[in-house]
Amino acid sequence: MDLIKIKNVEKTYKTGVTAIYDLNLNIEKGEFVFIIGSTGCGKSTLIKMLYREEKPSSGMINIGGINVSKLKNRNVYKIRRKIGVVFQDFKLLPKSTVYENVAFALEIFGLPNSEIHSKVIKSLELVGLKHKAKNYPHQLSGGEQQRVAIARAIVNGPRLLICDEPTGNLDENTSMEIMKVLEEINKLGTTIIMVTHDTDIVNKMKKRVILLDSGRIVKDYKEGEYVHESA
Amino acid sequence: MRVLRILGRNIRDSFKSVFRNFSLSLASIACIIITLIVVSIAMILSFNVNNFTKAVERDMTIVAFLNRDISLDRIEEIKDEINTINYVETFVFQDKMTISEEMMEESSDFDSILEKYENRDDNPLLDAFQIKVTDISKIEEVATSVSNIDGVYNVKYGEGMVDQLVSVFDIVKKISYGVVVALIIVTAFLISNTIKITIFSRKREIEIMRLVGASNINIKIPFIFEGLFLGLFGSIIPILVTIIGYDALYNAFNGQVISPFIQLIVPLPFTYLVSLALVAIGILVGMFGSWRAVKKYLKI
Repeated sequence: MDLIKIKNVEKTYKTGVTAIYDLNLNIEKGEFVFIIGSTGCGKSTLIKMLYREEKPSSGMINIGGINVSKLKNRNVYKIRRKIGVVFQDFKLLPKSTVYENVAFALEIFGLPNSEIHSKVIKSLELVGLKHKAKNYPHQLSGGEQQRVAIARAIVNGPRLLICDEPTGNLDENTSMEIMKVLEEINKLGTTIIMVTHDTDIVNKMKKRVILLDSGRIVKDYKEGEYVHESA
Repeated sequence: MRVLRILGRNIRDSFKSVFRNFSLSLASIACIIITLIVVSIAMILSFNVNNFTKAVERDMTIVAFLNRDISLDRIEEIKDEINTINYVETFVFQDKMTISEEMMEESSDFDSILEKYENRDDNPLLDAFQIKVTDISKIEEVATSVSNIDGVYNVKYGEGMVDQLVSVFDIVKKISYGVVVALIIVTAFLISNTIKITIFSRKREIEIMRLVGASNINIKIPFIFEGLFLGLFGSIIPILVTIIGYDALYNAFNGQVISPFIQLIVPLPFTYLVSLALVAIGILVGMFGSWRAVKKYLKI
């Protein structure tokens, strides 16, 4: 079953620059998909449209039954509650503890404290940071901070996790640790879309890979097909 | 239950936020303190002017003198006629015999002159009605109606002086109300701008809130509560200044300005009521200010 259906999507910015041309893409439930391409190929625009940071100029994007392309600004939260997003720069609240950062996403739903506690602990366990719950972000390493961000993104059990260069600021070993966490989450049934520059990671993971260039899908590699020939 | 939990968390978070962003909160609070003190002064002034106006208005009376040869029966009829006139609040009949007795008691000079006229018909004074009106601006209208009654000789109500007083008081009242309203509006915008800086410094927080699925209301409410707390904290000092300051002022002037004619309002419960108004204004202005700031920032 398709979780994401993208049909004839085009995106032209107000400046007149067209970032995406007539894009069609289906992603199934439970898939792990890499989106790769050179800088400026439109991959950021594509995923921004998925979590409705940007709106397509034309075409349709449907995620789990919600027509994201038609969502009004004030209704954006409806899709945000169904998906988790992880960024290169973690985006944690510096003045809140690890626990508070993760709990934050649940508190706005008005869940009871006991339920929040069990969900936050479960989520922190999954990323291996239960013992750092009381620390503040600045007391953690980059990799740990990213794992907190992942814990926050998955704490309310989203069906889709969008990762925008999650390993961009991390060294090779730490990056692989993050990938292990993501693979684990994927195994539990969450669909993952990850944008990356890091071809090593893509080579090692052997997942579906979508190659974008100048706003178009150039190639859609099935699982294990993609092999990057290093120069 | 769910709504209560969300509300509770919002109140907790906004309370924390006032202290976590202490320097900016202090700026907002200082701004609220200064304006509320000025608002308090303007309020005390306008209430006192109002109080004084009312006191003067209460003392305003129309005196209607009756013909010297009027019969007692006609006087009874005139009473009924006055009763039918609009805006008449109360009236008192003053018998010329009673008046002359009072005058005789007051001074021996009057005594020697008036004792010659023991008979009612001989009395050189006039019977009179003292009439109070419900609305001071209608005093002229009532006076005219009374003067048209048959048997009324003359009507006095301090013409000219009354009209002037009424219009001067009206202007003073309007100006003081205007100052209060203008100050409140200016404060709201000042607070709005201060909170805008606070919010700007918390751009990231709002971005993250939106990211994890906070609806616009989820984002706005903590900031609005923050405005509420700022208003609440900001009203403490103005209230103390009002209660202690006005009491000291009242005692220093012995409760009156220049002459016993101009009485100040007794401090209690007056200052408590002003304080209540200050808290309400502080809270409303704080909430409105932050609501406006968030609205502008979120561009919803």
